[in-house]
Amino acid sequence: MSYLLAAPYVIFMAIFGIGPALYALLMSFSKSSAVGPQYWAAGLDNYSLAFGDSRFFQVFGNLLEFLIVSVPLGIGFVVLLALLLDMRPGRFSSALRLLYFIPGAVTGPALVLLVICILDPTISPFGPLFNFVGTMNFDGLVFPGSLPFVFTLMGFFSGAGMWIAIQHGGLQGISAEVIEAAELDGCNAWQKALYIKLPYMRPYIVYQTILIFALNVQLFVEPQLLTSTWVQANVPPQWAPNQLAYSYAFDVGNFGAAAALSLLMVAIGLVGAVVMIRLTGFFKLEA
Amino acid sequence: MTRQTATDKRALGRLSLRRYVGDLGIIGYVIRLAILLIFAIYFVVPLVWLLFATTRDPTSLYSSWFPLTFGSIDRLATSWSNIIGYQNGEMLLWLGNSIRYAGLSLLGSLAICIPAGYILAIGRFPGRRVLLWLTLITMLLPVSAMVLPMFLELNLAGLIDTQWAVILPAMFFPFGVYLSYVYYGSSLPRELVDAARVDGASELRVFWNLALPLARPLLGLLAFISFNANWNNFFGPYVFLNNDKLYNLPVGLNSIVAATSALRPGFNPTPGAPAFVQADAAMAAMFTIVPVVIVFIFSMRYVTSGAFTGGVKG
Repeated sequence: MSYLLAAPYVIFMAIFGIGPALYALLMSFSKSSAVGPQYWAAGLDNYSLAFGDSRFFQVFGNLLEFLIVSVPLGIGFVVLLALLLDMRPGRFSSALRLLYFIPGAVTGPALVLLVICILDPTISPFGPLFNFVGTMNFDGLVFPGSLPFVFTLMGFFSGAGMWIAIQHGGLQGISAEVIEAAELDGCNAWQKALYIKLPYMRPYIVYQTILIFALNVQLFVEPQLLTSTWVQANVPPQWAPNQLAYSYAFDVGNFGAAAALSLLMVAIGLVGAVVMIRLTGFFKLEA
Repeated sequence: MTRQTATDKRALGRLSLRRYVGDLGIIGYVIRLAILLIFAIYFVVPLVWLLFATTRDPTSLYSSWFPLTFGSIDRLATSWSNIIGYQNGEMLLWLGNSIRYAGLSLLGSLAICIPAGYILAIGRFPGRRVLLWLTLITMLLPVSAMVLPMFLELNLAGLIDTQWAVILPAMFFPFGVYLSYVYYGSSLPRELVDAARVDGASELRVFWNLALPLARPLLGLLAFISFNANWNNFFGPYVFLNNDKLYNLPVGLNSIVAATSALRPGFNPTPGAPAFVQADAAMAAMFTIVPVVIVFIFSMRYVTSGAFTGGVKG
């Protein structure tokens, strides 16, 4: 009977999740040829091709830089803003929370379009600020070294409001008695935030870290539109690992290499996720 | 006498300021306000700028001393008619497609996720742990690995270049299953389920009469997240659809921007493509943004409800 309720999910998982993934695994050991793929014929060739590509360490280095910048900054500022808003519940805080939340409606192509305009100092609303810092043109703001920060700013713009709202939901769970007791002991708003609320938020912060990590590893649409399709900015056309795999598949037609590279990404993502799950008990619901 | 009242007033002023800033302290109050307002500028100004950009011709964009100015109604009307009229009204077609794809994927994913999440949280059956791990793994699969096998599969089924190539894959939503699992695991009392079972209710009946009605906060949150993901689905439609009449808004927006020089002054547009400027591109972006802003405003309460993090206990 239990199986009946899970059956639709299992079927869809087989067709649109596990099935394609296993086929990708098969392809990573196969040769593409004019008459179709020759299964298992490639051995580890596709993997060594991917490892040997000079762009391989470049794209994973880029991804690593992006993760190092985006995950701590994203989490840090979300927690800061959630705590600041929570210090004074009321209309002003609720209104700001909604204002922070609304840019979540801007994603994908619309987000890239907006960023291209905002990072063009000649038309940007922040143009005066950029001029003040001394940057007069788009290429002065968007270059290989700045991309981890550009994508972080984009992701934070679109995603932070939702996380602030989620953390707000979590903060509602602190019992009023605990807060009252802290006040009786003479805690001010900052001490309450630092010593009561922040420790309480720890599991929610871990949860956010895992999901942000999983999401950011997948970076594709934003760099693809920014670096190759729309403006041909002064940056390499394959910046993220996903882009390199996409290029193997659709520019070169080497599906085996694309699959090999993608599976390396799955492996990296899995190792990261498993480490975090082991450390935090992500699956543990049972008391 | 008058000096006395003046001192009183000053003292009173200090007192009410004290009371006003409360336990934040005066400096703390100012710092808090400053940080919150700086971030408000960061989040709001780009959106307002984009809204105004639909009304501004390039001269206004490049020369205006204040970046957040209204251009002209005429320019707004031109942007509107340029985008509405783009390739005989494709924009409205894409809007309809987006609503249909997101709506159907949403219904399908809810029908799949909620029972699965429920039984993973409540049931104890062989394979449960495996299914949980596979849920996590499929959440991590990169699009670049999946896209080709999926293309072959959909091609085999004859679904490439049909709406089902977008809708069916989107109904597989492991994140929604995980969320339902967390929700039921943390907020559905097991004694209630056990009591219903003792009373002879079948597993299906327990789900339908007990678990589903309890899931209202979860339903709102899941619907929001699923709608959002489907509305923004770019990769599926981009790869699985060739017929531009079937595009959704994000892919349509991409095709407009890629074909014109709206964002690339000096770039040679596709021959025959309309000479769009930033105002037109901004208007096209508005089509994808505005419907979701409305959804966002109405669904924020589901996100703040705590249903999201209900099961995460340290």
